[in-house]
Amino acid sequence: MADTAAPVNPASDEPSLVAAPAEDHPLLRVENVVKHFPIKRGIFFKRQIGSVQAVEGVSLEVRRGETLGLVGETGCGKSTLARCITRLYPLTSGQVIFDGADISRLSARQLRTYRRRMQMIFQDPFGSLNPRRRVGSIIGDPLAIHGIADGGERKRRVQELMEVVGLNPEHYNRFPSEFSGGQRQRIGVARALALRPSLIVCDEPVSALDVSVQAQIINLLEDLQGEFNLTYVFIAHDLAVVEHVSDRVAVMYLGKIVELAETAELFGSPRHPYTAALLSASMVADPEKARSSHRVVLYGDVPSPINPPSGCRFHTRCPKAQPICSVDEPPLRVQAGDPAGHVTACHFPVAPGEQLVGAAPPISATATAFAAASPDISEGGGA
Amino acid sequence: MSLLSVRDLTVSFPTSDGVVRAVRGLSFDVEAGQTLGIVGETGSGKSVSALSLLGLNPGADISGSAVFEGTELLALRQDQLRRVRGAEIAMIFQDPLSSLHPYYRVGWQICEAIRTHRRTSRAEAMRQAVELLRMVSIPQPERRVSAFPHELSGGMRQRAMIAMALALRPKLLIADEPTTALDATVQAQLMELLGGMQRELGMAMIVITHDLGLVATVADSVLVMYAGRGAERADYRTIFRSPHHPYTRGLLASIPGAAGSGGRLVPIVGQPPSLIRIPSGCAFHPRCPFAMDVCVRDQPPFVPVSGGEGHLSACWLPPDAVGVDAAADVARQRYVEGRRGPAIARLRAAVAGARPGGAVAHG
Repeated sequence: MADTAAPVNPASDEPSLVAAPAEDHPLLRVENVVKHFPIKRGIFFKRQIGSVQAVEGVSLEVRRGETLGLVGETGCGKSTLARCITRLYPLTSGQVIFDGADISRLSARQLRTYRRRMQMIFQDPFGSLNPRRRVGSIIGDPLAIHGIADGGERKRRVQELMEVVGLNPEHYNRFPSEFSGGQRQRIGVARALALRPSLIVCDEPVSALDVSVQAQIINLLEDLQGEFNLTYVFIAHDLAVVEHVSDRVAVMYLGKIVELAETAELFGSPRHPYTAALLSASMVADPEKARSSHRVVLYGDVPSPINPPSGCRFHTRCPKAQPICSVDEPPLRVQAGDPAGHVTACHFPVAPGEQLVGAAPPISATATAFAAASPDISEGGGA
Repeated sequence: MSLLSVRDLTVSFPTSDGVVRAVRGLSFDVEAGQTLGIVGETGSGKSVSALSLLGLNPGADISGSAVFEGTELLALRQDQLRRVRGAEIAMIFQDPLSSLHPYYRVGWQICEAIRTHRRTSRAEAMRQAVELLRMVSIPQPERRVSAFPHELSGGMRQRAMIAMALALRPKLLIADEPTTALDATVQAQLMELLGGMQRELGMAMIVITHDLGLVATVADSVLVMYAGRGAERADYRTIFRSPHHPYTRGLLASIPGAAGSGGRLVPIVGQPPSLIRIPSGCAFHPRCPFAMDVCVRDQPPFVPVSGGEGHLSACWLPPDAVGVDAAADVARQRYVEGRRGPAIARLRAAVAGARPGGAVAHG
């Protein structure tokens, strides 16, 4: 389908626009992407009084056919980054290079060719489907918009897609409300597949689903990857899911990538204290592991991205923080002893086997005080 | 004697579409100082059963029995129930933003809870509110006590909810999806906090969740619910190592990282049923890989099985059909082979007719 060389951004002088042999470069390259959302005040004369620094200089590569997992907590910028990659948001600065072509400054019109090749699956299968339109026309939309098929041909292809994702093609004329959550997510997958994209960005695709249904969608995505040679960027906050589906995983904190490595490497020997804390906080459905593991409890909340901490953004909550961490921002680099693909942005990376210690006083001290003090609460029945 | 003993609890809601049978004969016990995890998917009746105990389901038809420290909760008048609620049994909810009143300051709301149950001066109640906020590790409690809920982060709001729930030192705390809306690191903070408080105050907890990871971490015993009934109940080790019910087995196989999964996930086919039209016999039979003819016809009793002490399961498989490994599944399969007749054949035909494309997704 769509060839890379198609519309060229006249303003850009990137040499990479000359279509190189497909295997030479990664499918997607993100370089120094920055996304700020302005905060404005005033009614007539809106002044910008600050900005939410949602994504602050992220660089990464996604290889053909792999699944890159993106994890982090609420507000870390992972969804914003996903929308920057697919150019649903204009970038504040930086570059997104898709299959060798810089798409970061293309106009909406020029982007169309690329949109055929990169699609998105959203978290909320209720909010992402128009409730007043029939399933057949929702899935057929991409085919209509890109003028690929219409009439009987479009219907045939939509029904084929429905079958591929495990929906009954006879339900072509039903409305989204007639489907369960898992089936709606299948509709979203079918819509994303319609144009035979090479890259699909999945933003929390299974978070809204029941446990027993989650696995159906995860398996479906895995099958489709093999069948259609897809590359995924897979965003989720559930670490077990990310570990299961990803080849490599990037961890984000407050708009930056703090660590990136092969999945087994990252989960086996995390080097960034935030990764270590995040991994230890996740509750695995295995009682022995869940109870034996040493839990690193981070205190406090994630700072505001409007006014992020200086230096390393994690230093305010980091159990290993030293004075230099608040001044000097550590670059994302390979740490001593790590394989080439494992990068960490930390001055004092966690050593293998090292146990981190939380920073605040143990809870039980205050609880004991409570249990001992104020006897007046405990006496007397209902007044 | 158990702190709370629920027997044959049944809750249904008349609606214009038909009667929603949310809970259908549920029995469980909670021991003093222990944590019971109630696991189930959306619509399994786990929240409804907890709300019914506290009389928080107006409009529902409730029958059965729930004895808390010798008092039958389901027979109490509203004014009597009010004395129990909050003081003896407290509850924290999933969404701390909608369960705190947006118009009132956090401290005021905690004071209200205290002053409803205890004769305390306003100043004294406020002093206690500050102490409670300090206890749940809210920084600068003297200031936060006069904050509005929207001024606090999600984790802090849930802490404020916990402070309010613990204000009267309840004997039982019901936590309904306490950490579902929160991030992993905040979830770990809160569960550590709750665990610490539980040990100090000797209170019992019911943790209602769909998250098997949370249950694996905090529960002493686990009750798995499906379509309004108890499917299986055991201590936490048995549930994860030697489950009996195919639904529990299926949940473990479909979760990445769970004890019984490895390599490719094995999902449970189909969807949870509608509570208006619940399948005949065992409600799980349309989704069960081990369904037999008897499962379509008769509801299985909740009886002891051989995974461990106090292990109960509602399934027609033989009592020793426990375990998560392949050998256990082979044994289950061998048992059901001779017991599949016309009922299962009809079921298979109906499924195949309804979903011609289904094979791709579930195959």
